[in-house]
Amino acid sequence: MPTLLLLGANSDMAVALARKFAQEKFDIQLAARNTAPLEALCSDLHIRYNVTATAHTFDATAYDTHESFYNSLPVKPNVTISVFGYLGEQATANNSWQETAKIIATNYTGAVSILNIVANDYAAKKAGTIIGISSVAGERGRQSNYTYGSAKAGFTAYLSGLRNRLFHDGVHVMSVQPGFVYTRMTEHLNLPKLLTAQPADVANAIYKGYSKKKNVIFVKWFWRYIMCIIRNIPEGIFKKLKL
Amino acid sequence: MQKQLANWGNYPVLTCDECTFTNEEQLQQYVNAHNNIIARGNGRCYGDASLAQNSVSTLKYDKVLSFDITNGVFECQSGITLDQILDIIVPKGWFLPVTPGTKFITVGGAIASDVHGKNHHVDGCFSNHIVYMEVLTAQGLVRCSPTENSDLFWATSGGMGLTGVITNVQFNLKKIETAYIKQKQIKAKNLDEVIALFEQYKHYTYSMAWIDCLKKGDGFGRSILIVGEHATKNELNPKQAVAPLQLPAKPKLTVPFNLPSFILNNFTVKAFNWLYYNKNTRKEINNVVPYEPFFYPLDAILHWNRGYGKKGFVQYQFVLPLAQKDGLIAILKRISDKGWGSFLAVLKVFGQQDSLISFPMEGYTLALDFPVRNGLFEFLDELDEIVLQYGGRLYLSKDARMQQATFWKSYPNAQTFADTVNKFNPSHKFSSIQSDRLQLTNQ
Repeated sequence: MPTLLLLGANSDMAVALARKFAQEKFDIQLAARNTAPLEALCSDLHIRYNVTATAHTFDATAYDTHESFYNSLPVKPNVTISVFGYLGEQATANNSWQETAKIIATNYTGAVSILNIVANDYAAKKAGTIIGISSVAGERGRQSNYTYGSAKAGFTAYLSGLRNRLFHDGVHVMSVQPGFVYTRMTEHLNLPKLLTAQPADVANAIYKGYSKKKNVIFVKWFWRYIMCIIRNIPEGIFKKLKL
Repeated sequence: MQKQLANWGNYPVLTCDECTFTNEEQLQQYVNAHNNIIARGNGRCYGDASLAQNSVSTLKYDKVLSFDITNGVFECQSGITLDQILDIIVPKGWFLPVTPGTKFITVGGAIASDVHGKNHHVDGCFSNHIVYMEVLTAQGLVRCSPTENSDLFWATSGGMGLTGVITNVQFNLKKIETAYIKQKQIKAKNLDEVIALFEQYKHYTYSMAWIDCLKKGDGFGRSILIVGEHATKNELNPKQAVAPLQLPAKPKLTVPFNLPSFILNNFTVKAFNWLYYNKNTRKEINNVVPYEPFFYPLDAILHWNRGYGKKGFVQYQFVLPLAQKDGLIAILKRISDKGWGSFLAVLKVFGQQDSLISFPMEGYTLALDFPVRNGLFEFLDELDEIVLQYGGRLYLSKDARMQQATFWKSYPNAQTFADTVNKFNPSHKFSSIQSDRLQLTNQ
């Protein structure tokens, strides 16, 4: 049975992904800073889908520990998905380096640190899939969340470069641009219903993209075009918008 | 996030702040920081029981914690729905001990309403099958069962969420050989006949009747009694017997009565009821059917509640003691005279029930829908008078409009229940617009 490693397993998106891949008969490794709540998900996956699910302590911003974390996994995963992220508060980040640094460290530096290690393993084996969940916020900086957006922009560029490098080793790298998703992270936001996906939609789209070896996927198709428009607004106009 | 929420009847609609949680720590933090909280599962109670300023959705707290396949014991978090549980347990030869007429409810909701099923006269309510549960009360997490913190256990079973948020639950399942039901449908010409049939067939595990509430004269109370048992392997036909615990692929039904609300008038409802009654051309039909159409006929039609239009509807469900058949006749007469009842109503005979605040008592229960319209609430107040006069009561899960005096007069243990709520929820942190209306809480 193939194995999936989920980095940042306490989020709603991670639960949906774990269930989708378990349904497709993957054993699941759940990694998160706080593993206590993962016990319930492990038993849930085992009972519903008859797969093995294990919980592992992983802190995205404790870079020193990433190597030993990956080496201590009982089985090396065939597929690794980086799900963790931190939206933060732009207004807070404007006045707090601590908040800014946390947003950058979680969304960019931490992801790069762990995926470098996974990438080297997969490159050596000449097999594996790395899936990174980035964000449409990374396509263009907007005043409402540009710290988060810039970290995700970095992550998107990283994934693109990683895809280029690992292609020659037969390793599949997929970038995911989910758009708006109803999760605990966005619970306090008033999201437009038509544009917003459920975590299960994201999981289904990712599994499909994985099966078809896609490079970049948008969960809802229209986001590709929305972002195309947003990217092409001339800067002179864009800077005057309240976005 | 601010959201317009309504339960299954689409009446009333309340602007609520909704939050979710995936572990107990998040729930505890939320409860500490808020007041006027009520837990909400899949929103399938009909009225206002799970509406409050702060709505805590349990739907993401939905993990299966353990499943003892040998002894049939299931342990889960409260936000999992019965349809998900059935998908897990039926292929292993187990079934829910008690299930209401929809599988789209959560386990937490099943306990808060202490749901009953077609087997109430044999197996009681959902609470009768619980091994233990945990409730996040205003004083923290408390584990309870009939033998441990039993006051909390009985005030939470049927307690409409007023003792706190139900978190983890363990309950016993029922052994089955197949996923099929051996069913018998018998036409009854009138009310007397269907009541006699209930008595005659009371040894059957499952029984209920569809009753035509609009029919007057000789056919007053004409019904179709439906009784059933879980089928054994050798009762299946060869095709069914290939995989006795697997249901056949679900046929995609087009909905024959998903109509705009103006089409639901006295004439069309009468015509529908006539068709429904006369589709069974024989007096008695015996067959073996998958469990889904037997237990959940309306689940095949997603969003059937929208058929009542934007104003919504209330479902009126009462129970009268067994000796008060006259009361049942009196109420049915008022309904058929008024001509407002919609489609078919459900009639069932409950068995005995020991509980604190759960709805069932030994007697007749009738449930029917009324679209919201001018004069409806006055009419239902008149029906309440008859229910009270004959010693009956109304189901809180269906209720959206009962006056507080009716509640306090009709539930004999109301005061004991309120005392236990006050013990575990002293400042009425947990309250709904229903509990405020019934003056069980005071926000």
